Amino acid sequence: MNPSFDLAALDRRARELRARIIETSCRSGTPHLGSCLSCVDILVALYFHILRHDPAEPTAPGRDRFILSKGHAVPALFQVLAEAGFFPPALLADYGRIGSPFGEHPPAPGKIPGIEAATGSLGHGLPIGVGMALAARLSGRQSRVFVLLGDGECNEGSVWEAALLAAGQALGNLTVVVDYNKWQGTGRSNEIMALAPLAEKWRAFGWAAEEIDGHDLGAVCTALARREAADGAPPRAIIAHTVKGKGVSFMEDDNNWHYRIPTEAEVAEAKRELGVAA
Amino acid sequence: MRNLFAKTVTALAGADERVVLLSGDIGNRLFDDFKAKFPTRFFNCGIAEANMIGVAAGLAMNGYRPFAYTIAPFTTTRCLEQIKLDLCYQHLPVVIAGTGAGLSYAELGPTHHTFEDLAILRPLPHMTLFCPCDPVELRLGLAASLTLSGPLYLRLGKKGEPALHPTPPAFRFGRAETLREGADLALLATGPIAAEALRAADLLAAQGITARVASVHTVKPLDLDYLGTTFATTPLVVTVEEHSRIGGLGSAVAEWLAGAEPRPATRFLSIGIEDRFLHQVPSQEEARRVEGLTGEAIAAAITRRLG
Repeated sequence: MNPSFDLAALDRRARELRARIIETSCRSGTPHLGSCLSCVDILVALYFHILRHDPAEPTAPGRDRFILSKGHAVPALFQVLAEAGFFPPALLADYGRIGSPFGEHPPAPGKIPGIEAATGSLGHGLPIGVGMALAARLSGRQSRVFVLLGDGECNEGSVWEAALLAAGQALGNLTVVVDYNKWQGTGRSNEIMALAPLAEKWRAFGWAAEEIDGHDLGAVCTALARREAADGAPPRAIIAHTVKGKGVSFMEDDNNWHYRIPTEAEVAEAKRELGVAA
Repeated sequence: MRNLFAKTVTALAGADERVVLLSGDIGNRLFDDFKAKFPTRFFNCGIAEANMIGVAAGLAMNGYRPFAYTIAPFTTTRCLEQIKLDLCYQHLPVVIAGTGAGLSYAELGPTHHTFEDLAILRPLPHMTLFCPCDPVELRLGLAASLTLSGPLYLRLGKKGEPALHPTPPAFRFGRAETLREGADLALLATGPIAAEALRAADLLAAQGITARVASVHTVKPLDLDYLGTTFATTPLVVTVEEHSRIGGLGSAVAEWLAGAEPRPATRFLSIGIEDRFLHQVPSQEEARRVEGLTGEAIAAAITRRLG
């Protein structure tokens, strides 16, 4: 964990990353901006405050693992990984071009440093994370496993299969963060299925759950750091209330930005709102 | 062979601490010895097969060698996407063990029949499909599985399968093994149904027809050299499988044959399960009779084909 806890610096990073994500979407035609912007603060807290990892040694056995189970938000993760030093940011210039590993979903591990699992079909990341947490226990490592789920993703039955096993195995080294932006592909996540009350569902499945404001970087860092890997304790679920498209007024809570690509004028306007130089 | 599976995996776990065993809440008492010896390396993943495959992937990504075991339909058809993405796309060394494949659980009905597993798994890149015909191949294959870098599907029958190899063959995945020599035709069988192919060869021998019988234990990758030689030297080749005639060994051989240059003049017959659900079959033996998969029925089909 990074000892410094400079909220202003984290916030500055989050703004700059939002601007790069939006620029890259415009340049490469990559969608899912709304889903990316809702989880930027969670990713920033993880990669610049919580995760014990060494970008120069991305497969070191003792590292903490992070799985982006909502794989369609990988444009955000790619920017974060570049910023964290896993690969040169210049590589992202080829985003979306033929032969580039940078596409709309995370590729199989080994192609991009820092990508732990191929996700994109929803409901796969948590089962894999449970396997990783079991592996850490078996090998006596202190590695922690963090899995970021979308709220829409919680429609998938495999999420709850994994939740039951993780609680049954008392995987205290496993933390789920749900990016609860209240939208899924074509509608409100609380209307399409009976998702609410979400924290209570996780508790009923045997997890320790808490609800936070997923854009309050201090709250996100505090919640993520609340407990070190404690084997035998219940796994933890952090229900992060977020806003889809967070940070840009004309994208916030507008589900059209699940698929829309911004124009250059919209990129400029977004950067102005974010306070990032053009 | 399921008892031998449990015994062999337990022995492998004793020699290799990377071996972990996952079960989909099946095999009551079957794994007692494994659990007693390696309690931390056994995971009952519950009746949640999709999750079990993902968990196996997570373990394999961290250096473990998982064996994921349950009844064949539930560890294949039920969780096909997890196999495709978590194991094949990410190229992870997980053994998916499906017990009671084919018509082993005939009496349990279509929910427990598995004659589409090879068809759905065969197109997946990186996948090895292993159908041992007898305990000899199973033991050799399980040991060899630890050398693979990608996923393997182990298609198991039930129990009591006889040894068909008099002596252990020089085993390698992707290599067909001749069980018996013959010149008039070749029977290429996969899995325990090879015993019926041998029985058919016995019956044909009584009519003066000699049949070579081979165990094609690896349906993917196919032994193309063996196919080439067999088609070049035998007037009739017959595939025998306890699987749908759509998508299994017969289909794989037909796909190869369609592209073979020069095209062999050899006649080809595919024997397997017809395109239908089977209701109310009281036993595997009865189901095999209904589907023409007994030694007698196979011999009769060949006699008819030979005219």
